Amino acid sequence: MCTYSTEKRALTKSSGKGPDGWFPLETATVYYDHPVHAPDEHTVNIDFLNPGRGPGARVAVELSLDSAKELLAALAVTVERAADH
Amino acid sequence: MQHDAVLAETIGIRGHGNDEIEAYTARPMDGRPRGGVIVIHHMPGYDAATKEITRRFATMGHHAICPNLYTREAPGAAPDDAAATARAQGGVPDERFVGDAAGAARWLRSLPTSNGRVGAIGFCSGGRQAVLAGIEVDLQAAIDCYGAFVVGAPPEGFPLRVSPFGHRIPELRAPLLGLFGNEDAHPSPDQVDELEKLLREAGKTYEFHRYDDAGHAFFSVDRPSYRQAAAVDGWERIRDFLARHLGA
Repeated sequence: MCTYSTEKRALTKSSGKGPDGWFPLETATVYYDHPVHAPDEHTVNIDFLNPGRGPGARVAVELSLDSAKELLAALAVTVERAADH
Repeated sequence: MQHDAVLAETIGIRGHGNDEIEAYTARPMDGRPRGGVIVIHHMPGYDAATKEITRRFATMGHHAICPNLYTREAPGAAPDDAAATARAQGGVPDERFVGDAAGAARWLRSLPTSNGRVGAIGFCSGGRQAVLAGIEVDLQAAIDCYGAFVVGAPPEGFPLRVSPFGHRIPELRAPLLGLFGNEDAHPSPDQVDELEKLLREAGKTYEFHRYDDAGHAFFSVDRPSYRQAAAVDGWERIRDFLARHLGA
């Protein structure tokens, strides 16, 4: 809601699956704020978006802080391993 | 038995730049003259909870309207998708918000049963915008529910288009009611102190109520941030403030 804090990144060669199926992802916004659905006061939220396809072209997640840390570690390990491929 | 029918509906109004924007209105149907309230939604948008608040103002005896500030970014979108789109685009520019709030005030005053008096209430980001509307729009009451960045600069590298405007408090035209949680970080108790100091020094009519054991969004009944004691007292303060400044 109102921490306003937002990190925004451009994405390339990436896709997500929304209610209407797969679509190319262009941006990700990451922010720690009040969730719409998750049962916590603040969560780490990620919106994967394709602005050209409208507001509905969105894959959204709301992660508890602990879950976000786990995911961050998993991403770090996976990206590190990918360097060896 | 008292006639308490209320009409609630989605309409189009003219906002900034004469754009047609979506709005949700709730109005008592008893035909008596009354004041109007502009409900400014929080950053999560024009959602079910905000529409419920809009209906509540009608049951309290006011005409109420909540403009969808994300109409342009996301016409017809689900509220959470619209909020995500608006956030990714940097939020709502202040100039456009002011135009939309002025349009909502015009619409309220155009009602045959308007008594000509209009107030604004905003929650979270809308709290800041309610104070801004009290400066820029002809209002008879403004209510700031835990709005951040009226004073206090946003952090470095901040991507949204919000900047503090404490230096403009002397221009405030409407009496201000402020409701804040002492455990809130945005705005922090120090920032609430700073805003109160500016209001006092400028000789403005205001009243602040600050609640222990409450942080941000303590009015949100569908979130863990809800604090019953603060919310119940806060609604009483709102009811009293609007009755005094808008008439019943």
